[in-house]
Amino acid sequence: MRNSTKLMILAAIALVFILLYGFYDIKGGFDYAFPKRMLRVTAMIITGIAIAYSTVVFQTITHNRILTPSVMGLDSMYQVVQTLIYFFAGSMSVWVLNKYLNFGAAIFAMVVFALILYRFLFRADKHPIYFLLLIGMIIGTLLGSFVTFLQVLIDPVEYLSLQSRLFATFTNVKAELLFISIGILFLAFLYGYLIMDKLDVMSLGRENAINLGINYDGMVMRILILSSVLIAASTALVGPITFFGLIVANLSYQYLVTYKHSIHILGASLISIIALVGGNFLVEHIFELRTTLSVIINFIGGIYFIYLLLKESRAAG
Amino acid sequence: MIEIKGLTKQFGKKPVVEDVTVTIEPGTITSFIGPNGAGKSTLLSMVSRLLEADTGEVLLDQNNVKKWKSSDFAKRVSILKQANYLNVRLTVRELVSFGRYPYSRGRLAAEDEKFVDQAIEYMNLADMEDKYLDELSGGQKQRAFIAMVIAQDTDYILLDEPLNNLDMKHSVQIMKILRKLVDELGKTVVIVLHDINFASVYSDRIVALKNGRLMRNGPTHEIINSEVLREIYDMDIPIQEQNGCRICVYFNSHT
Repeated sequence: MRNSTKLMILAAIALVFILLYGFYDIKGGFDYAFPKRMLRVTAMIITGIAIAYSTVVFQTITHNRILTPSVMGLDSMYQVVQTLIYFFAGSMSVWVLNKYLNFGAAIFAMVVFALILYRFLFRADKHPIYFLLLIGMIIGTLLGSFVTFLQVLIDPVEYLSLQSRLFATFTNVKAELLFISIGILFLAFLYGYLIMDKLDVMSLGRENAINLGINYDGMVMRILILSSVLIAASTALVGPITFFGLIVANLSYQYLVTYKHSIHILGASLISIIALVGGNFLVEHIFELRTTLSVIINFIGGIYFIYLLLKESRAAG
Repeated sequence: MIEIKGLTKQFGKKPVVEDVTVTIEPGTITSFIGPNGAGKSTLLSMVSRLLEADTGEVLLDQNNVKKWKSSDFAKRVSILKQANYLNVRLTVRELVSFGRYPYSRGRLAAEDEKFVDQAIEYMNLADMEDKYLDELSGGQKQRAFIAMVIAQDTDYILLDEPLNNLDMKHSVQIMKILRKLVDELGKTVVIVLHDINFASVYSDRIVALKNGRLMRNGPTHEIINSEVLREIYDMDIPIQEQNGCRICVYFNSHT
């Protein structure tokens, strides 16, 4: 089957789930329920695309298929920034009330964090994947503990306000952030369109890419920023989903056999939408909210993660 | 013309290349030889801007390599390093097509396809062009990478130990192809070699390095003699002439 056919199939499945999610079993006020559902679906689509896109480009510049921005603790960084803002400035400060400022601060911190990570972990020697994974786990735990520590010290009322910001979910979408996220995604795609061919060359490794005339180190910097911004957008919208990027990127690598980033980004995005919209549909209507999607994603994602690790170690050994 | 002027590079406190000045003559094969750790690969990396020099400069046509636009430089000079592990799954043809990237930006025109065909033909890869690289032997893979550099169609081709992993037959094939590139197409090849006999038989000029310093730089016949080689390798290397080729018979010499 050709890649374009496969993409069409994915798009069709995604569309079916979106329609199902929008129209299935609407009781009572259509005018009330439908816009609400559409808001959620939009959030899912945006999150799905942002995570898929950022994971694929992140894995290209770090030359591996297991580490993702989330696994390296990038979305924990979002929580750190929010907690720090509440801790030092409080819920009534401009840093909280002005959502653009708040978002900007989060993105800035995540970009800096990503650059530091890259500089020390990926740039110099090739570290074994287990080492990087361990570092990612340690950073994640460290940031998590740090956040908890600060939250314990915060005034309880402030803490409640912070919590509602950090525990965004698909059923509790931050609608006011939706437009910023759509804007960010639009810009990211515009930029992505310009660098798509460069990404393909960069997947050949630093030396081959430089040989072919790519300003490699400058590109890495820009892609790290792109990736951080996308993760910030999705985390702000619905909170962290650790293993999601890993699943959708790798499913795309397996399903669509090509080196072209344009196809993988599209494929991974469609798989994301199917998983998120389809998953939420199942959770809401079949499981009747007896479980949450993130539990399912992390359960399936965790198993898939172990499978990939074992496969990788077999290939290396 | 490529001019290397006073290049120095340190890793930590250890100088790897120290004050090396060499001019690469156009239209020749120049071999970099020397014992392990002499700084051959590091020097080549600096010439090809994979690595930044601490001091000194590299000039391509009188212009500093750093001042060249990356994409223009890639049309003049190509480099192939020795370790070529790929994270992506590519066919031979896809890899070779990447060699056209500086010209095509990913969209191959008919002319690009022609260069790709030629490069594949040159490296005898026509019957395996649709195979994936991970299905090939080490030598075939190496040839595919060299084909990519040939498709890049640069005046200067820099190769870092391209004969690694290759058996005798393929080593000879590749050296003959490089010779052809120089003699027929007027290319300039700079190559890091471990086997001094390949350097002796195929290159026009030899640059000898030792402990990061330039030891000798001259036409092959000036370098391949026992005295000079003793200076470079610290061993007695008798030389025999065979059909006009000077062969170093070092296998049982006293060290």
